[in-house]
Amino acid sequence: MSTTTSTESSGLLAALLPPFERANGCTVNVIAVGTGKALKLGEAGDVDVVFVHARELEDRFVAQGHGIDRKDVMYNDFVLLGPRADPAKVSGAVGPADALRRIAASKALFISRGDESGTHRKEQELWRAAGIVPKGSWYREAGQGMGEVLEMAFQKRGYTLSDRGTYVAFRTRIDLAILFQGDAQLRNPYGVIAVSPARHPHVRYGLARKFTDFLTGPEGQRIIAEYRIAGEPLFFPAMGAER
Amino acid sequence: MEFFADSMNAALSLLLSADPDILHAVLTSLLVSGGSILLASLMGIPLGLAVGLSEFPLKRPAVTLLNSLVALPTVLVGLVVYGFLSRRGPLGSLGLLFTPAAIVIGGTILCTPIVAHYAMVAAKGADARILPTAMTLGAGPVRAWLKFVSEIRFGILAAVVAGFGRVVSEVGIAMMLGGNIRGYTRTMTTAIALETSKGKFAEGMALGVVLMAVALIVNVFLSLLQQRRP
Repeated sequence: MSTTTSTESSGLLAALLPPFERANGCTVNVIAVGTGKALKLGEAGDVDVVFVHARELEDRFVAQGHGIDRKDVMYNDFVLLGPRADPAKVSGAVGPADALRRIAASKALFISRGDESGTHRKEQELWRAAGIVPKGSWYREAGQGMGEVLEMAFQKRGYTLSDRGTYVAFRTRIDLAILFQGDAQLRNPYGVIAVSPARHPHVRYGLARKFTDFLTGPEGQRIIAEYRIAGEPLFFPAMGAER
Repeated sequence: MEFFADSMNAALSLLLSADPDILHAVLTSLLVSGGSILLASLMGIPLGLAVGLSEFPLKRPAVTLLNSLVALPTVLVGLVVYGFLSRRGPLGSLGLLFTPAAIVIGGTILCTPIVAHYAMVAAKGADARILPTAMTLGAGPVRAWLKFVSEIRFGILAAVVAGFGRVVSEVGIAMMLGGNIRGYTRTMTTAIALETSKGKFAEGMALGVVLMAVALIVNVFLSLLQQRRP
């Protein structure tokens, strides 16, 4: 299986795979790479199943006949963070667009990743949806990783957009509060796709199918829902309970 | 080879387009490096001359310490200054972290030992009789010292060039204390680090070429200054 680094580094796969391996008497070999690379491995038939988060790319992957049985597995989400005093009154916002408009209107400091990462792209998408071109001395593009940007937002008492996992990992060291969360626009969905046996006859489609069924079935969904780091859920199952 | 050809093309078009982001990064680099080397020279040159010319107990360990500080790692300087400027640190209330001033503080600490070391070597190599001779010829202590410094100006200039080269090319301090903020604290080296992290190697190389060109211009300027007779 090829997958993105987040499923592996978060420790989720270590909780998810052993029950499946025991039930089916197999070993899942995990290749954790970026989403683009993970799909390329599927395209080449080097893996039996891919588990990634990039909805558009996944749909193209299926449309081009490289994979079948795409299923939503889970999502993690982005959270809007800021100083507890919340000078821009973001916590009262009705949606992500409203939250960003409040920040822009009060010219409160906002720290952007500015590094063309997935989180940065998400942030740009949200500004576009809010109809704002963020510009000015209140909008700082750090050009660094999530951890550095969280530290900078804390030091400068600014706002920022973060994935929940990194925020949870940093929460004890930095005093930033989640001021807005839970909107559908802030979701980052993960999907699983079996590599097409028609295109690549050598792939183990039977097992791949069992795996996609396992991930989206009651046991897989329960493991995802119950997976916690420091008492916080990182991923939310796609089936059932909506937050 | 395609990589280098692409890089050269990208470097040329970056230079010709006079991209405002790049110009700002070049300017920030020159400004923080210039500020650092100015402060480091004001402290390092007198320090180096004093250590080089005077005799005092524990001189040998002092010289060894000074020489070791030349190898000060940039990330360590960054980390220590960060500790002071952070909101959890003693100087946190000044709000200097992630400003150009923070980079200047780190850069000054980085290159003061370098300037002092070169100044010390220059002072040791000079004819020690210059000072007393100038004094017997009727010069006051200030004029005698100026005469001495002018005699070893090549060594002093080498000190400034070495310190400037160190601070303009470092990335650890600029990244940790400046934060690589676009249009504010982004320097040429942190811009190169950013392009590389984005996988845009050609753009990173292009910026590297620009950095080398800037270093060349500065050094040409300094050596012209050196050739002028006072």
